[in-house]
Amino acid sequence: MYNMNLNKVKMNEQDPDVRNKNFEEVALGYTLEQAIEEAKRCIQCKNPKCVINCPVNINIPRFIKEVAEGNIEKAYEIILEQNSLPAICGRVCPQENQCEGACVRGIKGEPVGIGRLERFVADYMREKNLVKIEEVKNQKNKKVAVIGSGPAGLSCAYDLAKYGYDVTIFEALHKEGGVLSYGIPEFRLPKDIVKYEIENIKKLGVKIEKNVIVGKSYTIDDLKEDGYEAIFIGSGAGLPKFMRIKGENLNGVYSANEFLTRVNLMKAYKEDSHTPVYKGERVAVIGGGNVAMDAARTALRLGSKKVYIIYRRSEKELPARLEEVHHAKEEGIEFKLLTNPIEIVGENNWVKGIKCIKMELGEPDASGRRRPIEIKNSEHIIEVDSVIMAIGQTPNPLIKETTTGLDTHSWGGIVVNEDTLETTRENVYAGGDAVIGAATVILAMGAGKKAAKAIDEKLSK
Amino acid sequence: MYKILEKKIVNNDVEKIVVEAPHIARNCKAGQFIIIMVEEDGERVPLTIADYDREKKTITLIYQKVGYSTKLLGTKKVGDTIFALAGPLGKPVKHVENAKRILGIAGGVGAAPIYPQLKEYYKMGIKVDLILGARNEKYLLLEDEFSKFIDNMYITTDDGSKGRKGFVTQQLIELIESGNKYDEVIAIGPLIMMKFIVDITKKYNIKTSVSLNPIMIDGTGMCGGCRLTYDGKTKFACVDGPDFDGFLVDFDELLSRQNMYKDIEEKHKCRLDETL
Ligand SMILES: Cc1cc2nc3c(=O)[nH]c(=O)nc-3n(C[C@H](O)[C@H](O)[C@H](O)COP(=O)(O)OP(=O)(O)OC[C@H]3O[C@@H](n4cnc5c(N)ncnc54)[C@H](O)[C@@H]3O)c2cc1C
Ligand SMILES: Cc1cc2nc3c(=O)[nH]c(=O)nc-3n(C[C@H](O)[C@H](O)[C@H](O)COP(=O)(O)OP(=O)(O)OC[C@H]3O[C@@H](n4cnc5c(N)ncnc54)[C@H](O)[C@@H]3O)c2cc1C
Ligand code: SF4
Ligand code: SF4
Ligand code: FES
Repeated sequence: MYNMNLNKVKMNEQDPDVRNKNFEEVALGYTLEQAIEEAKRCIQCKNPKCVINCPVNINIPRFIKEVAEGNIEKAYEIILEQNSLPAICGRVCPQENQCEGACVRGIKGEPVGIGRLERFVADYMREKNLVKIEEVKNQKNKKVAVIGSGPAGLSCAYDLAKYGYDVTIFEALHKEGGVLSYGIPEFRLPKDIVKYEIENIKKLGVKIEKNVIVGKSYTIDDLKEDGYEAIFIGSGAGLPKFMRIKGENLNGVYSANEFLTRVNLMKAYKEDSHTPVYKGERVAVIGGGNVAMDAARTALRLGSKKVYIIYRRSEKELPARLEEVHHAKEEGIEFKLLTNPIEIVGENNWVKGIKCIKMELGEPDASGRRRPIEIKNSEHIIEVDSVIMAIGQTPNPLIKETTTGLDTHSWGGIVVNEDTLETTRENVYAGGDAVIGAATVILAMGAGKKAAKAIDEKLSK
Repeated sequence: MYKILEKKIVNNDVEKIVVEAPHIARNCKAGQFIIIMVEEDGERVPLTIADYDREKKTITLIYQKVGYSTKLLGTKKVGDTIFALAGPLGKPVKHVENAKRILGIAGGVGAAPIYPQLKEYYKMGIKVDLILGARNEKYLLLEDEFSKFIDNMYITTDDGSKGRKGFVTQQLIELIESGNKYDEVIAIGPLIMMKFIVDITKKYNIKTSVSLNPIMIDGTGMCGGCRLTYDGKTKFACVDGPDFDGFLVDFDELLSRQNMYKDIEEKHKCRLDETL
């Protein structure tokens, strides 16, 4: 019997007033009973729209059916056919725009909690120690290099290893995971889980060489010389944008990347961390995406008294995951919408306030969203002592600068053949944020998979 | 893990190590730096590649023990390993075309980063003079190494314990006033020293390159923490530098950015001093 309840089974969460002071995970996950109950809400559509809307096309009704019947190991196998990082995607995918956004149960009531179930399956398998991984012998005897250990690189390496290639990932930082490690905070994606999923990929036989900056340590040509027959570039979009307004280089102004890197990667939230972070009393975070939500909620947890999100459009246009906006509000973040900064005001080289102007929405722009327009004479100053810029990132040009014949778009994205993800250099592929600009974990993973397949086809010829 | 193969105590505060780093030694050039993490939970700290050996796959680092990370590095012995070394980072130095004679000015530990640059110039057949300055005799670095190729070396110490008593800037003015012609000045040392040097060379219109050392994390352009205002625009020292045309740098802003964590760092330093 299906569970025809209109709402998702509620997931336990830390109380907002408790969690806004700690870095532990906010959402606590389902128990087995709750998962089975939620799984029974899936009516097993013959033409499941949810699957088409998942960028890696997980067979959602099949895995959910297994959950409903209590066969979690089976469910895990089904997910793993398409997705090598389920505990992560279940947590961070913008489900409302993807799988769940297309679920028929969402027409009247809430969609099936697909993300939560995916997360449950992965967590259950990890916690019960049921995951079995066998090293794939590299039958193909061919070396492939993967640049970057974010979701794009990891999923590409995972699939290539499964196909039987000898895969080495080169990572610029001292820790693998890309944004999963340095960007998305602990309270949303515990680092132990990221580590565990990466360990599983290593167990397949994938090697990871850290502290290697391709383009600087080795060039693409060096890698070819070293015998790598194909190369996948998954170097992400790590370059922070600034607004180019007055006062941006004052002390107390951070890019979200720097702020989050200090806290997540360098562990500045811990008392005994050696990397310092400046904790403002009153913080303004500029932007409305996931990055802005993460920065704001992190600031709150570090002890800032008042945290604002300043965004130039209205609530409806906020690009962040719905759940994060909701969580941020519960935790006490104040949203200043239809507001745009025009200057950061300083005193003795430190931030003292942020001068903003009110906006209203005009005609839709190229992106289809209504364009914000300044309202005359609405300038005002918000008193803050720290400002965090979270207005977007672009791909890092390091690799392009040292690789002849690798074309990029004017905004920095690497040019690829859409079917194969091959770049303008033969046997060099690229995918993820490095190609499409700052996007999502699951799109990056999908690209990694697609490139792995194309690489296998090319090298098998 | 990167093994320390050699170590030399230069003085109380300064040490030199040779470290195994095949991925850095392969392509590094004069003017570039690395990011070091001494231990797993440590800070990421930039240090210049003072020298390298492509065959032995090693690089040389010279560092002054000023705070937590450099002191921790000082506790490591030959045979010990370093948790992370990433690089080479930054742009290699661009040499002035058709230069015939240049002047290097090194303040304190600035002698380490200036050494590979001046050596490059020398190898190109250019005459190189050097003002080597320090607090006192004990802090003069690499004097012997420099003397192998430097044309005229002028030593200054703040207390007069060796060479001329006073600052490098006084020596600079004297050299210019007495008719020495330089196609370029390369100054590396404390920010405040570079600022004063640029004030002087601007007056005489001698092109001046400075090496900036703002606080860095990744060193690859990802955080923006190392930014500075250069010719009115924002630049990232780790990817656009670390060497810049001194005339265009906003030194005052940099000086205040460098002190951003002063209070916090002091606490860390005390804690390490207790545990060491
Ligand atoms: C704070 C934050 C929150 C986010 N929240 C969400 C969310 O909730 N849901 C969601 O779906 N997406 C979210 N995103 C976006 C998502 O994380 C990215 O789209 C995704 O990580 C892109 O994956 P990638 O593999 O292309 O790149 P990245 O994850 O950026 O990984 C690139 C890796 O390559 C390395 N690298 C770069 N250059 C080189 C080089 N030259 N040599 C060697 N290595 C190199 C980098 O160090 C990095 O490890 C968030 C992003 C941020 C910053
Ligand atoms: C591109 C570059 C190349 C460098 N090359 C060398 C080198 O070859 N040898 C060398 O000894 N040092 C070099 N430095 C400086 C070195 O990075 C700092 O001395 C080091 O970060 C101090 O770290 P700490 O933890 O020991 O001290 P901290 O406790 O972090 O700081 C102690 C004091 O040092 C100062 N300081 C902090 N960070 C820096 C910094 N990044 N640069 C300068 N001063 C700082 C501050 O005033 C602080 O109060 C270089 C810096 C850069 C950016
Ligand atoms: S991977 Fe993401 S989009 Fe696909 S089913 Fe899982 S949560 Fe949905
Ligand atoms: S659309 Fe919804 S109900 Fe239908 S199969 Fe997918 S998850 Fe189940
Ligand atoms: S050190 Fe992070 S951008 Fe330069």
